Amino acid sequence: MLSVPCPWCGPRDETEFSYGGQAHVAHPAEPDALSDHEWSDYLFVRDNPRGPFAERWCHSAGCRRWFNAVRDTVTHSFLAVYRIGDPVPEIS
Amino acid sequence: MTAVSARTGMTLRLEPQPGEVIDRNRPLEFTWNGQRFPAYHGDTIVSALAACGERIFSRSFKYHRPRGLLSASFLDPGCTVQVGDEPNVRGAHRRVEPGMVVSAQNVWPSLRYDVKSVNQVVGRFLTAGFYYKTFIKPQRLWPAYERVLRRFSSGGVVAKDSAHGYYDKRYAHPDVVVAGGGPAGMAAAVAAAEAGAAVLLVEEEYELGGHLRWGDAGQLEALRELRAAVAAAPGVEVMTNSVVNGRYDGNWLGIVQRNLPHVVERLVKARAKTLVVAPGLIERPYVFEGNDLPGVMLSTGVRRLVNLHAVKPGQRAVVLSANPEGDAAIDDLARAGVEVAKVVDGRRGPTIQRATGSRGVQAVECADGTVVDCDLLVTAVGWTAPTALLNMAGDRPVYSERAARFLPSLLPDDVLVAGGIAGDGPLEQLTEHARAVGREAAGRAAETARSLCAGIPQIAERRAGPPDPEPAVALPELPVEDHPALFFSGTRGFVDFSEDVTAKDLIAAAEEGYDSIELVKRYTTVTMGPSQGKLETVNAVAVLAAATGRTIAETGTTVWRPPYAPITLGALAGRIFEPVRHSPMQPWHEAAGATPLVAGAWIRPDSYGDPAGEVRAVRSGVGIIDVTPLGKFDLRGPDVPELLNQLYVNKWSRLDVGSVRYGVMCAEDGVVLDDGVTGRLAEDRYILTATSSGAATVQEWIESWLQTERPDWRIHVTPVTTAYASINVAGPRSRELLGRLVEDVDLANEAFPYMRVRVGRIAGVDGCFMWRIGFTGELSYELHVPASHGLRVWEALLERGADLGVRPFGVEAQRILRLEKGHFIVGQDTDGLTQAYGAGLGWAVKLDKPDFAGRTELVWQSRRDDYFRLVGLQPVDGSVVPPEASQIVLGRGIAGRITSSRMSPTLGRSICLGFVAPSLTGPGTQVTVRLPDGGEVAATVMPQHAHFDPEGTRQRG
Repeated sequence: MLSVPCPWCGPRDETEFSYGGQAHVAHPAEPDALSDHEWSDYLFVRDNPRGPFAERWCHSAGCRRWFNAVRDTVTHSFLAVYRIGDPVPEIS
Repeated sequence: MTAVSARTGMTLRLEPQPGEVIDRNRPLEFTWNGQRFPAYHGDTIVSALAACGERIFSRSFKYHRPRGLLSASFLDPGCTVQVGDEPNVRGAHRRVEPGMVVSAQNVWPSLRYDVKSVNQVVGRFLTAGFYYKTFIKPQRLWPAYERVLRRFSSGGVVAKDSAHGYYDKRYAHPDVVVAGGGPAGMAAAVAAAEAGAAVLLVEEEYELGGHLRWGDAGQLEALRELRAAVAAAPGVEVMTNSVVNGRYDGNWLGIVQRNLPHVVERLVKARAKTLVVAPGLIERPYVFEGNDLPGVMLSTGVRRLVNLHAVKPGQRAVVLSANPEGDAAIDDLARAGVEVAKVVDGRRGPTIQRATGSRGVQAVECADGTVVDCDLLVTAVGWTAPTALLNMAGDRPVYSERAARFLPSLLPDDVLVAGGIAGDGPLEQLTEHARAVGREAAGRAAETARSLCAGIPQIAERRAGPPDPEPAVALPELPVEDHPALFFSGTRGFVDFSEDVTAKDLIAAAEEGYDSIELVKRYTTVTMGPSQGKLETVNAVAVLAAATGRTIAETGTTVWRPPYAPITLGALAGRIFEPVRHSPMQPWHEAAGATPLVAGAWIRPDSYGDPAGEVRAVRSGVGIIDVTPLGKFDLRGPDVPELLNQLYVNKWSRLDVGSVRYGVMCAEDGVVLDDGVTGRLAEDRYILTATSSGAATVQEWIESWLQTERPDWRIHVTPVTTAYASINVAGPRSRELLGRLVEDVDLANEAFPYMRVRVGRIAGVDGCFMWRIGFTGELSYELHVPASHGLRVWEALLERGADLGVRPFGVEAQRILRLEKGHFIVGQDTDGLTQAYGAGLGWAVKLDKPDFAGRTELVWQSRRDDYFRLVGLQPVDGSVVPPEASQIVLGRGIAGRITSSRMSPTLGRSICLGFVAPSLTGPGTQVTVRLPDGGEVAATVMPQHAHFDPEGTRQRG
């Protein structure tokens, strides 16, 4: 079970969290302006990298805050957590 | 079974041994296959039997060959027995208790004369893949095959009515967990504790000490010192008779603890900052013809038997020794009075050819041709490194030709190794290394703790935290000593004792083309038995390597997965910590005899015994239902309408104070997510309700929008689900009843019409709000009362409405009422593909809004007509209720399904909601419903969802 480092509560077991998928995928400002292809990209297509991946988590059984994290999909270790709206931190 | 006779005594019991764990002052008696046997406290079941001269403890899995002691440890494959009504007990590990009733498993008529050993005679037919090849066709006969084969399978008997003890769970957060309580594990634990870490030391045996326990005087002295150091060390918690069963992400460890009084087993879920793996080494059996005969033992097994339990393992022995442990066994045998007839040194060329005998070893034929009569053959041919926990941490151990065993390769930072799994050396060198590992483990744990606290100032200030780590010192390297590579002699003999897989089976599998170890494992079931490869894996790899002309390193090994040791279902089920939610009125419901319904985390009344009667009460008079689980959110702030417009398909801009509106939420893919009523209580205060089961999802969805997409909106959301007890008062006389309790709200239809909300006082309780909505289709009021007064209002309603015939009704009655009215339930009448138009919600979707969640998909759906639709359905034969999920068929295809169905007490006929294909949606269309029993009934598509009062006059009255 992952230990998820909630930026507000500290590390907690994964069962306290909900997973929000890839981070930095914003609801389009003007959905009508998108082509069908662009819309389906927004709705269905996500990255699936081997290595660092920026994703959203919600501490639903805790502080109920959404936050972003960079997790290594190979080692499952969390490399960084950061606030919604902040850019992806540099991972050295 | 009654004990029929007592044995003469422990004829093979030795004089007191310096390291023995038996207490000769505490004799006891137990029974084995109906006979009484003497024993001492501290004996294992099998050591006590061996002391009385017993040599056969089980019959093997496939061939029913007699099996005796091999390793005299938990892993001993021949010592699995039944204890009382507990099957599959490891008899060489479990300590015997007074009055214990022990019997052999899977034997008939007796252990001594097992009829099924005829399998040996036909053994050449029971080769690799026998079951796959023989019973695969015809498939329809498999159930018959299975019944017969099951009688031949091993395993004990589970009594269905046996009382089960208490199983517990615990969560632990140690800095360092040390898996293995041998010398290295103890040294590492002490060093880590002295460096300031909170340590959990877990040992599979009943005492700490590992191989020191059966060692010489010097090793026993070292053991005393180490045990004293563990006892004196601050912050070491010791768990004996316990095992680290799995290592998962983030050093999350499952530990099964068995050393607690009054607790059968406790599953400890430990989040360790550092894990030190120090399991020692497991002695490997040697593969040769006759290697499973009772009397063929591993050197460590002999040493345990002699030194721990003071049992003479035989009279005349041949010893095959390739290492110092084997040499030490020779000394032990001599001291125990066993005649050592011949010693074969495995370090110098050829070893032994075969062991012969019928019910035990009678002679050993050596490679040099000599034949030696003996009743004991001791082998010491090498070690298996139990790298299971390392595998689980992502390591892929590498084979060392020199050491003839696998060694760790790449470990994550939070996992360290100590002791024999890490390397070789004299005791002082191993414990010195382990101390360094323990210090390093504590240091890394402190570093982890520091980084965890670093981002949280208030925690960092409040806790002093572990001390600063020592400056990093490189861990000392352990040497690896040469060991001859001895795995098998010839092409016969058992590789897997638990599964009865021989070297010939593996060679045959290789010849059939199964040349990968992973395939051979699954094809022959080698390593898949109760010892899970701890004894067999490396031998299996070696045999396959030889058969395929490759090296062991090229052949590789199978992956070890959790659990490391068998775990009972009781330990996994154990104590359940999941919270249960119930309304303030639940005790009343229980006292009234309500049938409980488990709905997610909630316990609710399903009915009070007569759902149909409850329905009739609501339709004809008045009923009340506890709807507290309804998700409720208090929304405040000027931008609430923006949020509602974004999340619901409906329009919300012009919701006046005092009004409520029904809304439907869709996800971005247009699929119906939830529905509910939202009311505006004041200028900037709204109450949003969600379905009971969808409340958590809706809250996350709302917060996702507020926190991530629209952080600029000024809105506060407070979940108030359990802050209010909610009661729906439904029925034509609900206004009359409520009028007796409500003081400051005019309930007249003109003053408080349908789809309005009012705040007021009910039964003397201030701060209630009530809205006029109608899930049941009747005139009804949903009351939301501060939770602490919920029971008071509930009881007042029943008391003041007694003359009106008021009745409580449960969820089942509500489901019937809403189905009569044609109201769908999200998740019941919709699924993960149901977009809004398919659920018949087109009337609510306002595509002229510039944006809302799901709009783009719904625009697309609105231009098509190729989707299944939810419709009202009535079976032509109104006495038939097609079960929910019955298929609607058209020709040979599926053209829909029944989503809800009930017998309507109001209409006296069956009614349904269901999905139908586009071609079947026209009112009056006859569809065919296929029932689960294969029968078919016709049903008619109705013009609307509502079967009762489609005009909605009753709820507006």
